[in-house]
Amino acid sequence: MLQVEPAKITRLRELAVEARKLIVQAIYTAKAGHLGGPLSATDLLVALYFDVLRIDPQRPDWEDRDRFILSKGHAAIAYYVVMALRGYFPVEEVFTFDAINSRLQGHPDMTKLPGVDMSTGSLGQGLSPGVGMALGAKLLGKDFRTWVMLGDGEIQEGQIWEAAFVASRYRLDNLTAILDYNRLQQYGWTAEWQGQKRRPRLSIEDPQRKFAAFGWHVLECDGHDMAQILEACYAAREHRGEPTIIIAHTVKGKGVSFMENDYNWHAKVPTEEELRQALAELEAQRPRAS
Amino acid sequence: MAPKMLAMREVWAATLVELAPLYPRMLVLDGDLANSTRAEVFEAAYPDRFLEMGIAEQNMMGVAAGLATLGFIPWLSSFAAFLTHRDLDQLRVVVAQPNLNVKLGAGYSGLLTSKTGKTHQDVQDLAIMRAMPNMTVVAPADGVELRLAMYAIMEHHGPTYLRLTRDPAPCLFDESHRFVLGKAVVVREGSDLTIISTGAQTVRAAEAADLLAREGISVHLLHVPTLKPLDVEAIVAAADRTGVVLTTEEHNIIGGLGAAVAETLGEHRPTPMLRHGINDCYGESGPNEALLDKYGLSAPHIAAAARRLLERVHSRRPPAPTGHR
Repeated sequence: MLQVEPAKITRLRELAVEARKLIVQAIYTAKAGHLGGPLSATDLLVALYFDVLRIDPQRPDWEDRDRFILSKGHAAIAYYVVMALRGYFPVEEVFTFDAINSRLQGHPDMTKLPGVDMSTGSLGQGLSPGVGMALGAKLLGKDFRTWVMLGDGEIQEGQIWEAAFVASRYRLDNLTAILDYNRLQQYGWTAEWQGQKRRPRLSIEDPQRKFAAFGWHVLECDGHDMAQILEACYAAREHRGEPTIIIAHTVKGKGVSFMENDYNWHAKVPTEEELRQALAELEAQRPRAS
Repeated sequence: MAPKMLAMREVWAATLVELAPLYPRMLVLDGDLANSTRAEVFEAAYPDRFLEMGIAEQNMMGVAAGLATLGFIPWLSSFAAFLTHRDLDQLRVVVAQPNLNVKLGAGYSGLLTSKTGKTHQDVQDLAIMRAMPNMTVVAPADGVELRLAMYAIMEHHGPTYLRLTRDPAPCLFDESHRFVLGKAVVVREGSDLTIISTGAQTVRAAEAADLLAREGISVHLLHVPTLKPLDVEAIVAAADRTGVVLTTEEHNIIGGLGAAVAETLGEHRPTPMLRHGINDCYGESGPNEALLDKYGLSAPHIAAAARRLLERVHSRRPPAPTGHR
């Protein structure tokens, strides 16, 4: 097991705190957008953009860059915040999210924002273009990798499994999917749970077994533990002969106590008081210099 | 001399092979129909540039989009009915909205699908494709024009829908024909009635013009191989030639060529007209000639529609507002 330097982990955790604060503020400013999904995906996006991906923010069209597709396009605000922190565009621009004429559309638009490798928003569609990019890299003899972030709700779409089958058929070991497995979706199924009537239940069960059955190499990690995320991504990069999926166990609304594990915060705007509390809670999570 | 017969699918495949050395990034993605669409011919010539995607059109469309972002020019091989319906949202979100350079080889369009019937026939593809921003929509008349159209399509950057037919059909054009994307073609000049047609139906419209000529009716025939962008100028000029317009198409009369012409003339040059085509219904299995006859698409049916329209116009009767269209 490779060891990731503690200083790097601390730096990534600090960036994740910064990102979450900006996400909550941007949604408060836009008075629209999603929160639960972006907060569950934040640590994964920070790890990718600040460590894993081979990218250059100054050259978003660099042809040998790693490709990234946010298939769960409704987590756009987390994507934008992390891209801004990484230097793709000024951080202030995240407050134009959802505004008219903004490059930061409610769902990512590759024709508007340099650095976005694929437009998404209609769920279940991101893995197929990822298959195309990975297949294309093989045809071109290029060594860039393609990374696709999936939501656990959207893998209910049949197209995901069409793509999973074809990726395995072509042995696309230069393709990695990351499942943000927060176990909730916008509404979900009703289940009896501790006497509560309408509690959404597990979005989709046992994705590990399902992807393995489709011929994928399956890894798991705690999607909020930077060391585990990096180790999984590094292992995915090394695996040969099969595409890899990292099942990242996450918490929807992660980082803000009253948003965590509550499907009502899938897409809800905080009040001024909720914003104040959220920012205070997040600030308290800033890692102490070690 | 009998006209040359060509099947569009054969020409499509042969032209892909012709184009391959000119466009090294051109690929063919197949939805498990290569031996129907004849993409198999391309596979035999360029096996490394042929990617089988299986029976999974939604994924195929997305894969094409991903490849297009890398500079590849993917042609999709499937049937019109599947390409315009099964993966419509994928086409909208990852191809048309980002304006990616994906080419749809839509085989077996219209009613003549080798007796496969309703599910494999597409009577609404032009309506759907025409309403999609960024799409270019092309429906050639014959194999000769198809080949020329493919050269033009390869020079055009952006998603393009190419409407193909299955079976051999007589060629209207010869090698002197010129195809320009977005331009309509005057097939014959006339003074009594303008017929505007698209796709394979233009060959039948030309036959109808011959039938009408024997009765002393002089037809001005305009062929519109590019449904989008539409050659508004040529349509208005063709309407001006006679002041009476019949449109005909192997497609629903809603949303296709007839609708495009009605929209154009309604805005620019209100002209008495009649839309001829499939009357808002689905098809069925059957031999080609029987289908063309039952659904009223053959040359004698076009001629009959022309006579009805002329009679209506000459008697100065407004068309009876019947039905729900």
